Amino acid sequence: MIIEALIAVTFLAALVVFVAPDEYAGRLAAALSALPILGSLWMWAQYDASGNALLGGSIAFETDVVWLTLGGLDLHWFVGVDGISLPLIVLTTILSTLAIVSAWTPITDRESQFYGLMLFMEANLLGVFTALDFFAWFVFWEAVLVPMYFLIGVWGGPNRRYAAIKFFVYTNVASLVMFIGFIALVFGLGDSVSSMRLPEIAQALRAGELGAFAGLDAATLKTVAFVAMFLGFAVKVPVAPLHTWLPDAHVEAPTPVSVMLAGVLLKMGTYALLRFNFTMMPDVATALVVPIAGVAVISVIYGAMLALAQQDLKRIVAYSSVSSMGYVILGLVAYTTYGVGGATFQMIAHGLISGLMFMAVGVIYNTTHTRMVGDMSGIADRMPLTAGIFVAGAFGYMGLPLMAGFAGEFFIFKGSFESTVHAGMPLFTAAAMFGIVIVAGYLLFAMQRTLFGPFSFDGEYEITNAPFHDVAPLAVLLLLTIVLGVAPDLFFGMIQDAVNPILTGGGL
Amino acid sequence: MFDAIALQTEPVAAWTALAPALLLGLTGLVLLGIDTVSPKETSNTLLAGVSAAGSLLAFGVAAWFLVAGTGQVRTGGAISLYGDTLVVDGMSLFFTLIFTIVTAMVAVASYDYLREQSHRAEFYSLVLFAATGMTMMSMANSLATVFISLELASLPSYALVAFLKKNRGSVEAGLKYFLIGSVSSGVMVFGISLVYAVTGSLVLGDVAAAIGDTEMAGVLGMGVLMIVGGVAYKTASVPFHFWAPEAYEGAPAPISAFLSSASKAAGFAVAFRVFVEAFPLGAIPAGVDWVLAFQVLAVVTMTLGNFAAATQENVKRMLAYSSIGHAGYALIGLAALTAGGPNASVLGASMAHLLVYGFMNTGAFLFIALVEHWGVGRTFEDYNGLASTAPIAAVAMTVFMFSLAGLPPFGGFLSKYALFFSAIEAGFWWLAAVGAINSALSLFYYSRVVKAMWIESPAEDFEITSRPVGLYAAVLFAGLATLLLLPAFGPVIETAQAVAAALF
Repeated sequence: MIIEALIAVTFLAALVVFVAPDEYAGRLAAALSALPILGSLWMWAQYDASGNALLGGSIAFETDVVWLTLGGLDLHWFVGVDGISLPLIVLTTILSTLAIVSAWTPITDRESQFYGLMLFMEANLLGVFTALDFFAWFVFWEAVLVPMYFLIGVWGGPNRRYAAIKFFVYTNVASLVMFIGFIALVFGLGDSVSSMRLPEIAQALRAGELGAFAGLDAATLKTVAFVAMFLGFAVKVPVAPLHTWLPDAHVEAPTPVSVMLAGVLLKMGTYALLRFNFTMMPDVATALVVPIAGVAVISVIYGAMLALAQQDLKRIVAYSSVSSMGYVILGLVAYTTYGVGGATFQMIAHGLISGLMFMAVGVIYNTTHTRMVGDMSGIADRMPLTAGIFVAGAFGYMGLPLMAGFAGEFFIFKGSFESTVHAGMPLFTAAAMFGIVIVAGYLLFAMQRTLFGPFSFDGEYEITNAPFHDVAPLAVLLLLTIVLGVAPDLFFGMIQDAVNPILTGGGL
Repeated sequence: MFDAIALQTEPVAAWTALAPALLLGLTGLVLLGIDTVSPKETSNTLLAGVSAAGSLLAFGVAAWFLVAGTGQVRTGGAISLYGDTLVVDGMSLFFTLIFTIVTAMVAVASYDYLREQSHRAEFYSLVLFAATGMTMMSMANSLATVFISLELASLPSYALVAFLKKNRGSVEAGLKYFLIGSVSSGVMVFGISLVYAVTGSLVLGDVAAAIGDTEMAGVLGMGVLMIVGGVAYKTASVPFHFWAPEAYEGAPAPISAFLSSASKAAGFAVAFRVFVEAFPLGAIPAGVDWVLAFQVLAVVTMTLGNFAAATQENVKRMLAYSSIGHAGYALIGLAALTAGGPNASVLGASMAHLLVYGFMNTGAFLFIALVEHWGVGRTFEDYNGLASTAPIAAVAMTVFMFSLAGLPPFGGFLSKYALFFSAIEAGFWWLAAVGAINSALSLFYYSRVVKAMWIESPAEDFEITSRPVGLYAAVLFAGLATLLLLPAFGPVIETAQAVAAALF
C-alpha cells in the first residue's frame, strides 16, 4: 500500500497546490513534496526484495488487483519495486522537491498552476517507475507528457510554443510506435499470456513462446517489435539522431522544468529500454549489438561535439545529456553485471549531476538574465558560492573520482570492455571513452570564460550572491553526488542484484 | 436484492420494461402541461428541473433494469413486445443510459442558455420527445418501428436546430438539416420497401429467416445499401455527413451536444440491431456484403472527419468534424464483424466508446455553450487566455480535448484502445492501424484548443461577468465522468460486451 499512498499523496498535493493562492503556492508545494521523499526513503530502508521484478524475483511493496478484462487479457493494477526501480523513485522524489525550491526565484506568474503541475508530473513519474502492468505503466508514461507540455508552453522562453508542441508531438508519435510494437508482441504471444503484466510477458518472451502474427513469423516479429520499441524509447532518451526535440525543449523550459526533464524524464527512456527491450528480448538485443552500440557511441561523441559548439550555457548542458545517455545505452547492451548495473547507476548519477548543472546555470541566469558564454566573465568574483558548486558539479560531470559520475562511468566502461556479446565491444568502449575528453574540453572552456578571469558584464543587472533558497538545492545535490560517489553501494548492491537475472537465459 | 424485483417476472406486465421510454415521453407531456397553465410566465427553473429529473429518473430505471438483468440472457432473454416490433434487451438499455444522461446534461445546461429566449417549454419538451424517439430506436425490432422511431427522433431535432429563429445561421442549419434528413429518410424507406419486397416481412428476425434462399439478391443488395445510407445520415457518416458541420455550428450549442452525442448513438443503436439481426453474416447471400460497405465508410469517415477538422478555424466547427471522425471509429463496430469472429467484443467495444464519447463530446459542446454564453467568439484566437479567467472550466475542456484525442489518463483512451484491440482480435489490424493513425493526428487540432486556452495570452481583456450554475454543473459533471471512466471502464466494457453477445 505504500506505493499507492505515495502516488495518491502526490496527486492530492498537486490538487491542493493547484487551488492554493499564488503567494504561498511555492512554499506549500515544497512542504508537501517532502512527504513523498519520506515515503521513498522509508521504502528504501524497508526494502527486502531480491532479484528482478520481471524475471521471477521477489517484488517489494507489491499490489496486484484486476482492473478490467479486455479480449481475454486482464489488465491489472500491478505495482511494486525492485532494485532497478527503487533508486529511480528515490531520485524522483528528491529531485522534484529540489526543483520546486529552485523555482521560487524564476517563477513569478501563475505560481499555483506551475507547482500543481510539477507535483502532478511527479505523481505520474512515480507511477511510471512502479507500475508492473503494461497498461498502468503506459497510462502514467503518457500522462507525464501533459504537465510537461504545459510547463514548457506556459512558463517557457520566447520560443516556448514551438518547443512545447515539438516535444509533445515528437514523444507522442514515439509512444505510438512503441505501443504498436509491444501490442504486436502481446498478440504474437497469443494464449501463452493471460494478462498485460510485465513479468508474465517478459518470462513468456524469454521462454520463446512467441508465435507468428500479422503475417510475420516469430523471429521477424520479435525483431520488428524490438526495433519499434527501441525507436520509441530512443526518442525519450534521447539517442542521436532522434534528439532534436531536446535542445529546443531545454532552452525554452524554465530551469526547474529542465531539471526534471534532464534529471528524471530522460531516465524514463533508459528505464523503459532496460525493462522492455533488454530484459524481455536479450537475444534480439545481442544480435543487434553493432547498430545499438554504434548509435550509443555516436550519441556520446556527437552530443559532446554539439555541446562544444554551443554558446548558450543551457544548450551546453542539454547536449551533454545526449552524450551521457549514450554511455547508458552502451552499458545496457554490454550484458554484464557492471555494464547493465553501471548503466542503471549512471541514470541516478546523471540525474543528480545534470540537475545540479541546470540549476547552477539557472541561478546564474536569475542574476545575470543571460546564459551566453560571451556576455559575462569572472562571475566567480561576485557569486563565489554558486561558482564553486558549478565547478564541483562540472568535475562530477567529467567523472572526477569520488563523485557519482565517476562510479557510473567506471562501471559502464568496465562492463562494456569485458563484454562478450561482440568482439568489437572493447573498440566501442574505447571510442566512447574519448567522449570524456571532449566533455572536459567544453566544460572547462565554458567555466574559464564565464566564471573566471577579470569580472566583466554588460547587462544592467547587479551581480550579487544568490539567495539562500537558490543555492541550497545545489548544495544538497552536490552532497548527494559525493555521497553516492564515495559509497555507490547504497544503491549499487540492490541494482546488481536486480540486474543479474537479466544476464542469463532468454537466448543469451 | 435486484433479482427479487426484476420486472419481467410473471406478475408484472411486460410493457413495464418500456418504462425508460415512457418516462421520457411523459416528461415531455408534463412540460407541455406546465406551459399550458401559464404560458406567459413559465418558470425556466421548473422546466429545466422537470426535464433533468425526468431524464435522470429514466436513466435510473434503465440502470436498474440493466443491473437487475431485465431482458438479458440470465433472466430469460430479450423481452419482445407488440408482435415483436419492439424488444427490450441489454443493448437497448445500455443505449438508453447514453441517451438519458446526455439529455439530463443538456437540460441542465440549457437552463442558462435559454434564459433570454422565449418558447422555452417547447424547447425542453422537444428535447425530451427526441430522446423518447432515440430510446425507441434502440428498441426497434422491425423495419417499420425503425423508421417511425427514427422520424420521432428526427422531427424534433429539425425544430431544435432552427430554434434560434432570429439567427440566420440557426435557421439555415435547420433547413439544411431538414432537407438532407428528408432525402435520406426517403432513401431509407425506399430501401426498406425493397427489403420487404424480397422477404415479405418487416420484423428483423423474419427478414433474416427469409433472405437465405432468396433469388433476388440484387434487389436485396440495393435495399441494404439504401438502409446503410439512412444509417450514415443519422450517425453523420460519409456520404450523408455534410449536414453535420452546418447543423452543429448553427444550432444552439446544447443542441449540438445533444445531436452529436445522443442522436449519433441512436443511429448506431439502429444500425447494430438491424444489420446484426436482419442480415446476419452467415445467412446473407453473396454480394450483399454490408460489412465491406461499412469498412469503406469507416475508413473514409474517420479520415475525412479528421482532415477536415484539422483545417478549421472555428472551434465549434472543428468539433463538428471531429464528431464525424468519431462516427468513423464507432463504425469499426460494424466493419470488423465476421461470421464466427469475436463479434461481441467488437460490437461491445463500439458501444462502450459511444458511452464514453457521450460524456466527453457533450462536455466539449457544453463548454462551447458556456463560451457563447459569455459572448466570447468562436475561433481559436477568441479562446486565447481563457484559462486565466475561467481556470476550472478550462481544466474540464482540457480533459475533454485530451480524452477525445485518446490520450491515456482519460476515458477516451481506454474506449479507443478497446475498439482497436477488438478490431485486431477480429483480424482487421489494418482497420485498427488506420484508426490509430487518425487518432494520433487528431491530437493536432484538439491540442490547438488547449494551447489557445492555456498558453496564448488574451488579445484583449474580456471580463467574465457570470458563472452560470447550470452550464458549470453540466460541464464539470461531464469532465468528472470522463476522468472516472478510466478507472471505472471495467464494468462498462464488460457490460457492453455481455449485452452485445446476446445479439449473436
